[in-house]
Amino acid sequence: MEEILEILEKNNKISEEQIAVMLNKSVEEVRQAIKEYEEKNVIVGYNTLINWEKTNKEFVTALIEVKVTPQRGQGFDKVAERIYRYPEVKACYLMSGGFDLTVIVEGKTMKEVALFVAEKLSPLDSVLSTATHFVLKKYKDKGTIFEDDHVDDREAVVL
Amino acid sequence: MNMSDMILPSVRNVPPSGIRKFFDLVNEMKDAISLSIGEPDFVTPWNVRESGIYSLEKGRTHYSPNAGFIELREEICRYQERKYGLKYSSKDEVIVTVGGSEGIDIALRALAGPGDEVIIPEPCFVAYKPCTVFAGATPVVINLSAENDFRLTPELLERAITDKTKVLILPFPNNPTGAVMTETDLRKIVDVLKDRDIVVISDEIYSELTYEGKHVSIASFSEMKEKTLVINGFSKAFAMTGWRLGYCCGHKDLIAAMYKIHQYAIMCSPTTAQYAGIEALRNSDEDVGEMVAEYNRRRRIMVDGYRKAGLECFEPLGAFYVFPCIKSTGLSSSEFSERLLMEEKVAVVPGTAFGECGEGFVRSCYASSMENIVEAMKRIQRFVKKYKK
Repeated sequence: MEEILEILEKNNKISEEQIAVMLNKSVEEVRQAIKEYEEKNVIVGYNTLINWEKTNKEFVTALIEVKVTPQRGQGFDKVAERIYRYPEVKACYLMSGGFDLTVIVEGKTMKEVALFVAEKLSPLDSVLSTATHFVLKKYKDKGTIFEDDHVDDREAVVL
Repeated sequence: MNMSDMILPSVRNVPPSGIRKFFDLVNEMKDAISLSIGEPDFVTPWNVRESGIYSLEKGRTHYSPNAGFIELREEICRYQERKYGLKYSSKDEVIVTVGGSEGIDIALRALAGPGDEVIIPEPCFVAYKPCTVFAGATPVVINLSAENDFRLTPELLERAITDKTKVLILPFPNNPTGAVMTETDLRKIVDVLKDRDIVVISDEIYSELTYEGKHVSIASFSEMKEKTLVINGFSKAFAMTGWRLGYCCGHKDLIAAMYKIHQYAIMCSPTTAQYAGIEALRNSDEDVGEMVAEYNRRRRIMVDGYRKAGLECFEPLGAFYVFPCIKSTGLSSSEFSERLLMEEKVAVVPGTAFGECGEGFVRSCYASSMENIVEAMKRIQRFVKKYKK
């Protein structure tokens, strides 16, 4: 039933009835499977991908590389939690390589993000250093190209 | 000089493909939902496109060997063995062609001439009959029926065979019906053919697009390997229609004969396409798998949609076509298609475009986005309700 997840990941507006037809299952089976995925936190939420650049809402996104000292007995999880609990933090990943955490932060202005880093993130005991990179433009997110100029230029009838 | 008098009757008398008037209508209606396009809506996977671009950057803009680059022929042989268990020598049992279409043409020209009969099961792709006529041979049509799920049966085949029969065209998975021949179905056909001198041209261009069980080639029966020419290509499996790249595998004497025609008429397939083709065969399993999974979901939505509309619709297990029966609307295939286009702006192709026995059916292609298909099925349900007695 994992194909349900693949379908929903691309388009969660699709109805249970349609998924049932697509997968040759009963509607009840599909409904049950989705419910179980939700209960087990396999499906953790339903988001909508928005190109905010086309709206009047002004905000900036930053990707912050954070080096931390892991805490005894709790590894990185505890310090990560301290960080991802902030509502400004939209995403937080533990990384391999040159730094430990990738933290995606959104704010209204660059100054607001800079203040968040200076006043909230950097002062945390476990945080050793940060490097902040601002996003200038999003071309593609969640597998979707924002300004896809592809047009269906096929002939109207092909036998 | 009256030029039209100069044209050979065999060419003059072949009608232009399909139903012209209806096609002109579709072409004019720009905002219609097209379920009438028999090619993938997917774009060629990026790694494949990139290989073509890279070959151009490197200045690989010259002719290739007539039979195609040896690297490509080797990949084709590996692919045929890996996918269908067919073993061919890359040296003399494979030829790279300009799409599967060229393969059909040069195979028929190499095999069939005046006095020879070519058996063509219809409904089918539109090129077999004209190519047979251009080659100077006589097409003998077998009418397949919905009762047999549009499969070729041994009885129908036996009835069509005469002492003039030279070639059988075996077009499965089928355009326009979506029918496939299972191993059991093929076994019965093999029993009819094994002791006869008839060459099978097995057009397997849709071989990657099957939805219940893998495609089986008639060439995988040991009795048939030597007698079968397998035609395949990149258009459908890798969404590469515009690259014009196909190939044929078969007995070395037949390939050598086709090679002669190809060499003088065509020279070689496009070089850029061949470089892209190598990449497609090597590294596209995942992309192809995703495309097939998506086609399968659309297929089920479309079949379900026609059935909910109250139309009989046999389950197509291959290609990307659904072939519903529209007889219960009281309309002919052409009337149905024209009115559906005018009244609901959905384009399907009348079954008669693929042979007379396509009357009473329309071809509906699901190589279109899910949103388009869902919307089209809503409109078709509304349309059928109006006409159905």
